[in-house]
Amino acid sequence: MNRILEKKQLSETVFQMRIDAPLIASERQAGQFIILQLCKDYGERIPLTIADADPDEGSITIIFQAVGGTTKKLAQMNVDDKIAALVGPLGTPTHIENFGTVVCVGGGIGVAPLHPIAQALKAAGNKVIIIMGARNKELMILEDEMRAIADELIICTDDGSYGRKCLVTEPLKELCEQEPKPALAVAIGPPIMMKFCAETTRPYKVPTQVSLNTIMVDGTGMCGGCRVTVGDETKFVCVDGPEFDGHLVDFDNMISRLGSYKKQEAGDHHCKLDDV
Amino acid sequence: MTYISPEKLADDAKNVLEELNARIEPLKPKDRMAIPAQEMPSQDPAVRRGNMEEVALGYTPEQAKLEAERCLQCKNAPCIAGCPVAIDIPGFIQAIADGDNLKAIDIIKESSLLPAVCGRVCPQESQCQAPCTVGKALKSVGQAVNIGRLERFVADWEREQGLIETPTVKPETGKKVGIIGTGPAGLTVAADVRREGHAVTLFEAFHKPGGVMIYGIPEFRLPKAIVQKEIDTLTAMGCELKTNFVIGRTRKIIDLLEQDGFDALFIGTGAGLPRFMNIEGENLVGVYSANEYLTRSNLMRAYDKERSATPIFESEKVAVLGGGNVAMDAARTAVRLGAKEVHLIYRRTEVEMPARVEEVAHAKEEGVIFHLLENPKRILSDEKGWVSGIECLRYELGAPDDSGRRRPVAIEGSEFEIDLDTVIVAIGNDSNPLIRQTTPGLETNKWGNIIADKTGKTSLDRIFAGGDIVLGAATVILAMGEGRIAAASINKMLVED
Repeated sequence: MNRILEKKQLSETVFQMRIDAPLIASERQAGQFIILQLCKDYGERIPLTIADADPDEGSITIIFQAVGGTTKKLAQMNVDDKIAALVGPLGTPTHIENFGTVVCVGGGIGVAPLHPIAQALKAAGNKVIIIMGARNKELMILEDEMRAIADELIICTDDGSYGRKCLVTEPLKELCEQEPKPALAVAIGPPIMMKFCAETTRPYKVPTQVSLNTIMVDGTGMCGGCRVTVGDETKFVCVDGPEFDGHLVDFDNMISRLGSYKKQEAGDHHCKLDDV
Repeated sequence: MTYISPEKLADDAKNVLEELNARIEPLKPKDRMAIPAQEMPSQDPAVRRGNMEEVALGYTPEQAKLEAERCLQCKNAPCIAGCPVAIDIPGFIQAIADGDNLKAIDIIKESSLLPAVCGRVCPQESQCQAPCTVGKALKSVGQAVNIGRLERFVADWEREQGLIETPTVKPETGKKVGIIGTGPAGLTVAADVRREGHAVTLFEAFHKPGGVMIYGIPEFRLPKAIVQKEIDTLTAMGCELKTNFVIGRTRKIIDLLEQDGFDALFIGTGAGLPRFMNIEGENLVGVYSANEYLTRSNLMRAYDKERSATPIFESEKVAVLGGGNVAMDAARTAVRLGAKEVHLIYRRTEVEMPARVEEVAHAKEEGVIFHLLENPKRILSDEKGWVSGIECLRYELGAPDDSGRRRPVAIEGSEFEIDLDTVIVAIGNDSNPLIRQTTPGLETNKWGNIIADKTGKTSLDRIFAGGDIVLGAATVILAMGEGRIAAASINKMLVED
């Protein structure tokens, strides 16, 4: 269990791994995540979306960006290496039904969690329009996979190196202005992107689902570190989410909470894994 | 209370014991009551503020003997009625007095499976020690025989002498029992069920077993090696342990029974859902649930900044909200993590505090600033959304409420502020809804606790439950007591199958 079966590098800092995890693979539904840990004594527990799963093979696929201590170490691991701990599938699965036309917006690494949701929405009979955005062409991931699902695919880059030179909110706004409007928007990406997607759809009253990736420890509702303000309620991303009504999420609070440990992360700590 | 060094306590005990031993005539009750109650030797407060090691060091053999001699061996033994698992307290204390520690621990183990843990964390002053005749005669529960310290003494003695034996397991029955949660309730059920020869699998959501004894109670109050010893004993008995396994997510209750071949299940998932106060500012950066703060420090070892990858706030000024053991643990952890000021804010008075008296005393010795009859109104923020302080109200005690404690009433216009960078909310836990939500037909009460009858049986066939998931947040000993009852019911059911 927990053996890495395959590893691919999708961009300079983004990696894809297929991991042997039969129980998680058989239970997992779109929208769920795992908690991963690389060292049971001193490793941190981080949440990562399950990008795909193959119950027959008993494997799950994760896609991650090597940005923090744990993801950087994970990126250095190779096929046949074993991951110390994988817990899941966690979180409430995405509510899937035939809404009609759904626009799926993925920014950067957010395309990875969006993929299984888009897939499930398509399978449920929706017309799926996909907007994918990245800073530049090099950072665009899963284009072929998304193209295979999309009834319409719109690509944008910040620098214009691929597709339209604009932010994802621009085509999103255009779609909202059309009649009929999309029945639902699903936006997954950096918090700031999700915030502006929600702001874009708000005047058009297009329901907008976002998937949040906050700081977690246990991932089962025990610590509350992941809590977010949704409307006038406090919700736990790990059990109530990870998906919420984007029009109700207090993104500014969420973004500050994500920065809780910036100071400590800037300083280098020594992990026992380095000595292995 | 002034701090007395362990050396002085040991010397004093030796001297008193020599005098006693020199006596020819047997001790009369009056003589026994004249023996000074033995203080718990502890690390110097000034030193322990900077380390995570255990604070209470345990009695010396002389102290234990003296303390045991204080017991009057009352015929009616009110202490037994005060113990949730009815340990033969006078019996084990007499054994210590007779110098037979092995007999003492055997007597305790007839009723309790976790004496080294319970000796440390039980609220003895409100259980076995509350009705103690010695305490009553000396007009102070603080003067009662220190039953908990004696329990700890013999449990530690047994472990340190390497005398803990793996209990005998009866021949395999072919029956399979799944235990969900590896806290005190689950570990107890595992031991009692495995002894009867049934296969036992323990499921733990975290990467380490032990439940609240590992993630919640800090090393300085309950060394993790003691909990690990209990787990090792279970593994040596042949219990299987599956960590990183979340029942309700990785596998559902129904699948365990219908597909995975379990003949019975015990749910002991505890009260792990942190309660918040629902006041303004509770989601600011720098506000923690005590669960999160303690889990980061204990389970994830964030206190070991050199090695742990899990960060924790490097706080200067901390406020802990609450007055229970968890609040004390959080406040004292903050002290050890280097906070310059730690405030504990509680809306009632010290008398009503649910924390163990010893923990309150230790917290004070370590410099925690107590704010009694005060309660937060809102948490204040700086311009970036980080905690900058707390606004509190002063309270006074009014008429008694449902719990019989006098209800604290806010004094209007008494607002004041404390500058802070961290707030830790320690006002209690609710039960985790995960199993309830994923197990149709499992009946729960209005607080979300699983309903179990006197035998530990739930509304679903073959499923038992006990500990905090049934009781609401309670104690280790109650969880263990419920575990024993449920285990007996499971064993009975499996024999009758």
